[in-house]
Amino acid sequence: MANEINRRDFLKLSAIGGIGVVFASALPGMARAAGQDDFYFVQMSDTHWGFEGPPNPDAKGTLKKAVAAVNSLERQPDFIMFTGDLTHTTDNPVERRKRMSEFKDIVKDLKVKTVRFMPGEHDASLDNGKAFQEFFGATHYTFDHKGVHFIVLDNVSDPRASIGDEQLAWLAADLKQQKSDAPIVIFTHRPLFDLYPQWDWATRDGAKAVDMLMPYKNVTVFYGHIHQEHHHMTGHIAHHAAKGLMFPLPEAGKAPTRAPLPWDPAQPYKGLGFRGVDTDTKTAESKLTEFPVVKA
Amino acid sequence: MRFDKNALRVAVAAAVVALSSLGAYVAAQSAEPKEKIIKITAKKFNYTPGEVTLKKGVPVILEFRSLDVIMGFNLPDFNVRADIVPGKATRLRLVPDKTGTFVFLCDVFCGTGHEEMNGKLTVVD
Repeated sequence: MANEINRRDFLKLSAIGGIGVVFASALPGMARAAGQDDFYFVQMSDTHWGFEGPPNPDAKGTLKKAVAAVNSLERQPDFIMFTGDLTHTTDNPVERRKRMSEFKDIVKDLKVKTVRFMPGEHDASLDNGKAFQEFFGATHYTFDHKGVHFIVLDNVSDPRASIGDEQLAWLAADLKQQKSDAPIVIFTHRPLFDLYPQWDWATRDGAKAVDMLMPYKNVTVFYGHIHQEHHHMTGHIAHHAAKGLMFPLPEAGKAPTRAPLPWDPAQPYKGLGFRGVDTDTKTAESKLTEFPVVKA
Repeated sequence: MRFDKNALRVAVAAAVVALSSLGAYVAAQSAEPKEKIIKITAKKFNYTPGEVTLKKGVPVILEFRSLDVIMGFNLPDFNVRADIVPGKATRLRLVPDKTGTFVFLCDVFCGTGHEEMNGKLTVVD
């Protein structure tokens, strides 16, 4: 894949006392100058509240443990972003709302009170985001934090995995307000590029969004959906997928199906985790730290 | 009554040409095999049949019907997809141009078993 990041070139890995792993950008021209202003946020993803099954025998406890882990971070984030699939899908609209209510009740224990949400297909695709909006508000929106412009893109309320022309027009209008060197961070659920369409790991009109973002020099995308860490470049735009918090999924194409990986009793919670992101306020360049649900 | 021999010759020649053209047309119709229609039913959360075998280079029509909700059919390796709307047949023409085994899947989120809704296309020489 021409755009696949060469890990040796892009990432420097170093374990931090068994707690997490730091991924620092080392792309030419992307090295950070010490002392620049930055801030810290946490990305949590794919909590799938309501899931039950052998891939996670602690399905009712994992999210609570993750909340406790975030609360115990030495450096508390400015805000926390949940990038979709807060709940596991159900065909029953009453049960869907019950799961959203329970999820909300658990994450209210996060010490950081600026918590933002966006839907995944499990939350929103069966009712076009209706229940999600009742509990969490808009499915796409923007906000600004310390000079960085954040755009939350919804590619799940349409069950066809499209952003849709209306939202794309909204995106175009928003981007028009930004300078070409503005630091921009995109949050979305599905990958905006064709990661692996054979497993539905794509957004049907994601290329249109990426094309709109290309004229902007400082863009980074964070997403979920694939329940594993993954890094990819489309041109100069970095796309970072987060681990999930219910069950890990196999690497694209490395298993016969995209069924959850089995729970390993010898290494419980393996493959699950959340991410801390140290963001440069000038360039939106990010330093990522991956945290497990429980310390090893 | 007097025959114009030249006119008669022209008429006969024209008839021969017309008949031979018709014959060629009929021959062409019967020589060109009708494309095989493969019927595939979609319902929560599977396709029937779930495995389809085709011959490379031989065009087929895939005809889909959904028995419940809107489904998708996506065959990414051949860059073809369609929405399958209940109550009507959806047809896709496919000329498999490579051999192998390929996944097809529902790409319209349809419920709790959506992620397991897929099938296998095998293309042989």
